[in-house]
Amino acid sequence: MRTTKLGLLAGLMLSATAAVAEDLKIGMITTLSGPAGYLGADVRDGFMLAIDEEGGTLGGVPVDVLVEDDGLKPENGRAIAERFLERDQVEIMTGIIFSNIAPVVAPLTLRADRFYISPNSGPSQFAGSKCHENYFVASWQNDSLHESAGINANNLGFKNAYILAPNYQAGKDALAGFKRYFNGEIVGETYTQLGQTDYAAEIAKIRAADPEMVFQFLPGGMGINFMKQYDQAGLRDEVPLVLAAPSADINILRAVGEAMVGVANTSHWNHDLDNEANKAFVASFAEKYDRLPTVYASQGYDTARLIASALKATGGKVTEDMDGFREALRAADFDSVRGPFRFNSNNHPVQNWYSRIVVEEDGEFRNKTTGIVAEDHADAYVGDCNL
Amino acid sequence: MSQLVFEQFLNGIQLGMFLFLVSAGLTLVFGFMNIINLAHGSLFMIGAYSIALISGATGSFWIGLILCLPVTALAAFIIEVLIIRPLYTRDHLDQVLATFGLILFINEGTTMLMGRTPQFVDMPEALSGSVTLFGVFSYPLYRLAIIASGIIVAAILWFIITKTRVGMQIRAGTTNREIVQQLGVNIDGLNTAIFLVGAMFAGLAGAMAGPLTSVEVGMGENLLILCFVCIVIGGIGSIRGALFGALTVGIVDTMGRSFLPSILGAFLDPASASGIAAGLSSMSIYLLMVIVLVLKPTGLFPVAGRIS
Repeated sequence: MRTTKLGLLAGLMLSATAAVAEDLKIGMITTLSGPAGYLGADVRDGFMLAIDEEGGTLGGVPVDVLVEDDGLKPENGRAIAERFLERDQVEIMTGIIFSNIAPVVAPLTLRADRFYISPNSGPSQFAGSKCHENYFVASWQNDSLHESAGINANNLGFKNAYILAPNYQAGKDALAGFKRYFNGEIVGETYTQLGQTDYAAEIAKIRAADPEMVFQFLPGGMGINFMKQYDQAGLRDEVPLVLAAPSADINILRAVGEAMVGVANTSHWNHDLDNEANKAFVASFAEKYDRLPTVYASQGYDTARLIASALKATGGKVTEDMDGFREALRAADFDSVRGPFRFNSNNHPVQNWYSRIVVEEDGEFRNKTTGIVAEDHADAYVGDCNL
Repeated sequence: MSQLVFEQFLNGIQLGMFLFLVSAGLTLVFGFMNIINLAHGSLFMIGAYSIALISGATGSFWIGLILCLPVTALAAFIIEVLIIRPLYTRDHLDQVLATFGLILFINEGTTMLMGRTPQFVDMPEALSGSVTLFGVFSYPLYRLAIIASGIIVAAILWFIITKTRVGMQIRAGTTNREIVQQLGVNIDGLNTAIFLVGAMFAGLAGAMAGPLTSVEVGMGENLLILCFVCIVIGGIGSIRGALFGALTVGIVDTMGRSFLPSILGAFLDPASASGIAAGLSSMSIYLLMVIVLVLKPTGLFPVAGRIS
């Protein structure tokens, strides 16, 4: 398809234009606006950093990344995906942050015989029964994030918990994941609205339930608002929180500030992980963007490096050599900034989960890695996938 | 349990007072000027951004709170003169289109100026922390302050509308604009004044929201829908209706969010109960609006003899 088009174009266009058209097109549909806009911006910046480090290529292949904002609306995601797939002929789709957009964009991409590589969202259905050979998640399966928090809560000795999350796919995955590994009792379970800003009613319920700890999955601005109000209600010192990475990224720490110090959380990555790839990444990200990377930036960077490793193996062929590119992706032959990492049979990661604690150092609020809560952790749905 | 019910009731009143601050301006503008101003939420956002910027620069919440009022009023004045004034004689569809355009314009403009990262307003020292109410439960002081400011605004409005000459003209104008104009009242001046006052209340609400929630582009739109529900329930053009509608919406929404899961949990399994409850509670205020409109199509406190 691409070659015939090029043949036609070559006769009509200047060679310079044809050379641009020859670049491998990667479509990035991500969330750049609204309170969760920094998630997509960081995935994008991490991704672009990997390209910049190679001087505009990935694995030696010149790439053209088209970035569009979905505004956290599935209908926008659909419109952009259709345009990317039909008009722009992207060969790889990536960038999706939220799990209400992934189930719209992923099937469109897979039906068009292109590759879908998620830098963030990993909804449960695509890890199990609806898994697909061309669908990859470079970050984590949604539940795993929160499974690690459940294990951490056990390790910290909590016997009961109040849990809350927004009422959408990733929120349901979150609570399911936490409950899968947490051995204690769940004294209360609340679903909030996606994008909710005021949590007074939920906080009053938590106070009334008087749990030993609270687990919340409220990514982006929702988490910032919740934490500020939780602190204002005077609950922070009474009921500690055990969180997963999305509720304790560095932007949330910066925004909430002192109220987050001492909060236990878990992640598959932290800026202080001791491996060469990570040290180089944190340094060059800080140099280029003048800020510390969030976990989302690390995921964007890793996704780009994963794509680079596969492009290098196939010499830049993607849709012309689907089998080759797929095998190269599955090999995941690159040094991930998170340390040990490989793909399971359902194209979802097997990786370590680290416990962290929020500390204040040099006047900045950061996470400090304190240990490993789960080693070579695989997701719970791999058995349902017959790849 | 009764303690939780009371606390949630207080939360409901707080949300209601907050909605009232925004709805008051909306209902005045719609009732008196007969203008549907979708950009009312943008004025709320302008208030929030002004306090974020001013208190960020000066380090004082109070300076920000005071200065955000003239800033919002200035923005409202520009909007009124440039956009709203030519629309007085046009039909509602034109007004909706123009003010919807304003939302897009203001949102994009704010994104260009301020970026997409949410802004934050620090809570003033004097209002941070919580107080113990009736010796049983602690409640955030700041939320009590929101309730207080709602009551103050309601009292000021009640006084102006029922006790002053301007208030009499506003009431008359809401009922029949043309006759008031024929009687020699300066309708244009009154229009501008009402628009500015309404905008300042919205700006005040935006500023009060700052320390509770993140200040971000588009923060006014979701609120605007709720406020339209409030004024439709209360009866368009009626301040008393806006207050009553806002309190009802606030209490129903909060109570629904808090107690529907446990009520449904009595006869459903927990997982589906919380799922259904989450859906039902976000619908509850719209259900309420439908019920009110079926029983009283002009709202609970309709303006007598209003000719629109």
